[in-house]
Formats: sequence, structure tokens, C-alpha cells
Amino acid sequence: MNLTLKVWRQDGPNDKGRMETFKVNDVSEHMSFLEMMDVLNEQIINDGGDPIAFDHDCREGICGMCSMYINGEAHGPGRGVTTCQLHMREFNDGDTIYIEPWRAKAFPVVKDLMVDRSAFDRVIQAGGYVSVNTSGNTQDANAIPIEKENADAAFDAATCIGCGACVATCKNSSAMLFVSAKVSQFSLLPQGEPEAADRVLKMVNQMDLEGFGNCTNTGACEVECPKGISLENIARMNREYLKASLTK
Amino acid sequence: MATGKGLFGSSLARKYWMALTGLFLITFLIVHLAGNLQLFGEGEEVRDSFNLYSKFMTTFPVIKVVSYLLYASILLHAIDGIVLARQNAAARPSKYVKNNAAANSGWASRNMALLGIITLLFIIIHMKSFWYEMHFGNVPTYMIDGEEIKDLHSITVAAFEQLWYTLIYVISMAALGFHLWHGFQSAFQTMGWSHPQYNPIIKGVGKAFAVIVPLLFALIPIVIYLR
Repeated sequence: MNLTLKVWRQDGPNDKGRMETFKVNDVSEHMSFLEMMDVLNEQIINDGGDPIAFDHDCREGICGMCSMYINGEAHGPGRGVTTCQLHMREFNDGDTIYIEPWRAKAFPVVKDLMVDRSAFDRVIQAGGYVSVNTSGNTQDANAIPIEKENADAAFDAATCIGCGACVATCKNSSAMLFVSAKVSQFSLLPQGEPEAADRVLKMVNQMDLEGFGNCTNTGACEVECPKGISLENIARMNREYLKASLTK
Repeated sequence: MATGKGLFGSSLARKYWMALTGLFLITFLIVHLAGNLQLFGEGEEVRDSFNLYSKFMTTFPVIKVVSYLLYASILLHAIDGIVLARQNAAARPSKYVKNNAAANSGWASRNMALLGIITLLFIIIHMKSFWYEMHFGNVPTYMIDGEEIKDLHSITVAAFEQLWYTLIYVISMAALGFHLWHGFQSAFQTMGWSHPQYNPIIKGVGKAFAVIVPLLFALIPIVIYLR
């Protein structure tokens, strides 16, 4: 298929940025979106141009590196997929496709479609861990009984790959889905529960400091999340933060 | 060591206040509507009962105390909403060239600030027309059982006999309906009052409330205008 691509180009963090138009021909419907971008970049390099910078790593939907806001949606039109899992069969011959970076104050553009998502790392550093003595006497995790429902909910929350689609999709660039998933995956388990109150206060505090917006409960994040992280996590974090605020 | 900011300052705390004041304003709507339903009736008796009710609502001490709580809630909800909306706008300085928001979220949920501003403007007009007139204006009075009663009923009917005024009401109630369509269940989610078993009930009640209550409010001026 033959496509017209309108791609965001931005030379660096301080550049204003602009949309540039490219034509890509003979795209196979079996290609992933990233492979199509590879073909485009080869074409640009052969023409002596500057290839489009974009993030990618595992190309199997688990690393959370690939971003791209495609035709007005995070990771494009597919549901439950990252951009590397999005295939060109989702598009038609002659389509015009808009490709933009995640847009948020907390995710500054590095170049073109690459953004700096280290704000997420700092949120994790603020409290997304369990303090354990690693002297060699650590108890076998399987020796601690955990209710099946909680184990499942914690696992589901832990499938968050930190890609930032929730922030990109949210009209307020809110990071509530990401932070709530990270809060939940610990607080639901006995190992994480003792630090739950401190953790939620610290992580929300860091989230606010990073300049993410507030949650309006539109639910867009849940729809666009490649891992189907549930809004239930946001409700849980709201609950925990309220309790912690009243007692800490 | 205290690590929290208590119930002020954080993004979540602001949302709690939005939710709590919103839910309080929702309960107020029920009380207000209950009184307004009298306006569907006609005749001297209805006029007298409505005016006696209005007097009770403006003079009974408990209602007076609750009314101050109500004014405070409207102000807090509005100011907090403006602060949140400004923060949200600042969180995305560079907008998307193409954004297909309809693919993942409802229109009302994305336009709460706009719907809220329309509702606030309506409250200002509404309070000027009736609340201000009742408290500080020159409302004509008449006697019921030897007691001087302000005739708010006649003022209300006169207002709704004007087409433009009725139109403002109907449009505002539509905005309120959309605001509640999202806001009702959103308040529960914000407070963390969420449970798979009860969420469908909360959503169902919220949507029914968002349609029925504003519709009844809007029907009153329409019925009076057409009378």
C-alpha cells in the first residue's frame, strides 16, 4: 500500500517543531508500524536527509519504549497493543497518517518522536519499591499466604510497562493510571502493605512535582493502555491517599 | 514523621474537594427540585403554598446555616475547578495536531470545565433573579392569615413568561445534565468509593439523575411559558 505520512519533526528540546510530509510506497500489510518507520528512515537516509528519531527496543510489546501518537491515538488505532504490535493491515492504501510524539510538559521532546520519560523513573524512586533486608535471610515469598484475588489484582497492576500512553492520551496529561498501578502492585501484597501509606503520599507528591495534570476520570487512559490497566487502580490509589492523608 | 500534605495542596486533595462539594450540590438539587415541583400547579392555593415555602426556606435557622454551606460549596467547587483546569492546560503546553479523543472518552467528561462555567453563569443569573430579589429587592407582598408574605411566585411566573429567559434556563439545564452525566459517577471514583458490585449501580443512578433532574427543572419554565 502507498501512504502519506505527516510526521512531527523537532530538532531538539528547544526547537518549536513542525509537521513534515513523507510518501512511503509499497508498504506490506504484514509490517509492524515500526518496520514501516524503518523503511521510511532508509528512504530518508538514501535521499541524504536526517532520519526520524523514535524510541523502540524489544519490538514485542513488553519494554514500553515505543511511543508515537498515531492518527490521534496513543499507539494508534489498535486496542491493547504497543506501536511495535500495531500492523499496517490496520490501515488502507492511500491513507494519510499523522504521527506525533507523546505531548506532556512532564515528557519533554528530545528529538522528533522521542520524549524523555524519566519523570516516571523519579516517581518510582520516590516510593515504588519495597524496603527489604537483602542480607541473605529474606523470607521465601511463596511462604506468605496471599489471597488469590489480591495476587491477581497486584499482578494485573504490575503488567504496566511504563510506556506513558496514559499520560499521552489523557486530556490533562495526568499520570494517575501509571502511578496508581505502581502503588497497587505493592499495596495489595503483604510485602508492600507496611509501607503503603508512606508510598502513596511520596509517589503522588512526586507525580505533582513533575507537572503532570489532574485526573478528570474520563477513562481514556484505560482504553488506550496497551496492557489494559484498570481504572480500579486509580480508585484504589484515591482511597489509599485519602486514608494516608488523614492518618499520616 | 508526617509525609502527607493533609487534605490541602496535593492534586488528589483538590479532587476530593471537587467530589465532596459536587456530591453536596447534587443533594441540594433534590431539595431544590422538590420545592420547585409546586410550580407545575396553578391557582391561588399553589401561589400561597409556594410563597409560604419560600418564606420558610429563607427564614428557618437550620436552612439558613445549610444555605451558607451551600454558597461556600459552590464557590469552592468553582474556584477549585478553575485551578484544576488551569493546571491541566499547563500540563500540555504543546497540543496535538490530530487528536481523536472521541475514540476513548465521552464528550461530557472532556468538557466538564465548559459545562461548569455555563452552570456557574446560570447560577449567577438565577440568584440575581430570585435569591437577590427575595432578600434585597422589592418583591410585592400580600397578606395570608394576617401575615405579610413576599409574592415570589408572581415574580417567578413573570420571569418564565419571557421566551429568552426560559431559553437560558433550558440551555443551562442541558449543560447541568451533561455535567452530572459525568460528574456523578466521577465523584465516587475520585473518593475511591469503587467496587465492581456497586459501580454499575452508581453509574446507572448517576445517568438517570443526570437526565431526570435537569429535565424536570427545565420543564417548569417551559410549562409556565406555554401556559
